[in-house]
Amino acid sequence: MKNRIKRMWCVMLIGMIGVMFLFMPDAYGLSDAYKDNIFSPGMLKPRDSVPKLKVGSRAPDFTLPAVSGENENVSLKQYRGKKNVVISFVPAAWTPVCSDQWPGYNIVKDIFDQHDAVLLGITVDNLPTLFSWTNQMGKLWFPVLSDFWPHGKVSAKYGVLRSDGTSERALFIIDKKGIVRYIDVHDINKRPPFENIVKELEKLK
Amino acid sequence: MRKISICGLAVFATVLLCACVISMAEAQPPVGGVLPDFKLSMPGFADKGYLGISGFGSFRIPEIKAKLVIIEIFSMYCPFCQREAPNVNQLYEKIQQDPGLRDAIKIIGIGVGNSPYEVDVFKKRYNVPFPLFADGDYSIHKKIGEVRTPYFIGVKINPDGSHQIVYSKLGGFEGVDQFLVTMRRLSGL
Repeated sequence: MKNRIKRMWCVMLIGMIGVMFLFMPDAYGLSDAYKDNIFSPGMLKPRDSVPKLKVGSRAPDFTLPAVSGENENVSLKQYRGKKNVVISFVPAAWTPVCSDQWPGYNIVKDIFDQHDAVLLGITVDNLPTLFSWTNQMGKLWFPVLSDFWPHGKVSAKYGVLRSDGTSERALFIIDKKGIVRYIDVHDINKRPPFENIVKELEKLK
Repeated sequence: MRKISICGLAVFATVLLCACVISMAEAQPPVGGVLPDFKLSMPGFADKGYLGISGFGSFRIPEIKAKLVIIEIFSMYCPFCQREAPNVNQLYEKIQQDPGLRDAIKIIGIGVGNSPYEVDVFKKRYNVPFPLFADGDYSIHKKIGEVRTPYFIGVKINPDGSHQIVYSKLGGFEGVDQFLVTMRRLSGL
């Protein structure tokens, strides 16, 4: 009898915890494109890395594999003398804010073109993960690069590798001479307003 | 016996916690209910004309001169909203072309977590003909239960100024004509 009562309490308890999760709201204005496939890490320490670059520094060169039909490599130096480069580091695939950042950049190719700029998206995820994740965003016009192995090497060079192996949510703008002209290591929990990038690109004209 | 009472206490605590969490999280707009209280900033001249509102500063949705207001909760950053944009534009055109509906149904969009600049990017990219508003700090988004996007809310405005939510649903609509029929049926137009 005692045991049965105990069991009853336990079932009720589990049920109630279930109800609690059911009523947890979806934060961040997340797009329905990802359905229930977004992992919620909760609120994170806004910044968890030590800066290594300054505005005026020479941008460290890198070559990383890109998610695309051919899985080609992209090097920073291929844009030297030709294009301004905006690098968007995002912390990880399948997380809330990141999932709703690049799809926005995907509808503003014309603004990048007007400013003679290309966009490179980088995360520390491996290619298969990036492939599945970016497929949910529709066809992206810019290369998405995998800084998976050696893990976070480029993120570390740019001073945006966090202590848990993810990267910061950071923007770097590099001019045609290869000089860093803008750095925004943003609060990881928030998306930087797009106009910040546009304002900085204006200055490079 | 003592064990049971400890267990009971734990359950009681959980129930309390549950109630707290649920009451903290604002509910999604319920059909049959009313909109939470929030204001939108007064738009430009043309949009004011479309919505039949006047004055400066801000306004509330039930002030819009219409029998039904369709609200799209969207974001410039949401791929589904981007894909849905031509359909919502088409809905607007169909309403505008129908003399019986033109003055009765109005559409607005609220860009959650979008700055005015970002809302404008979306408006230009998709040639959105109806008014869009920015909710840059997610304050409206919180009040409507932090819904995912795109999310559509249909609000019936009564002649006495009161209002009632007649439609509240996540996701794009299947077919522009079907959605319009549904809206007309729910609002009695």
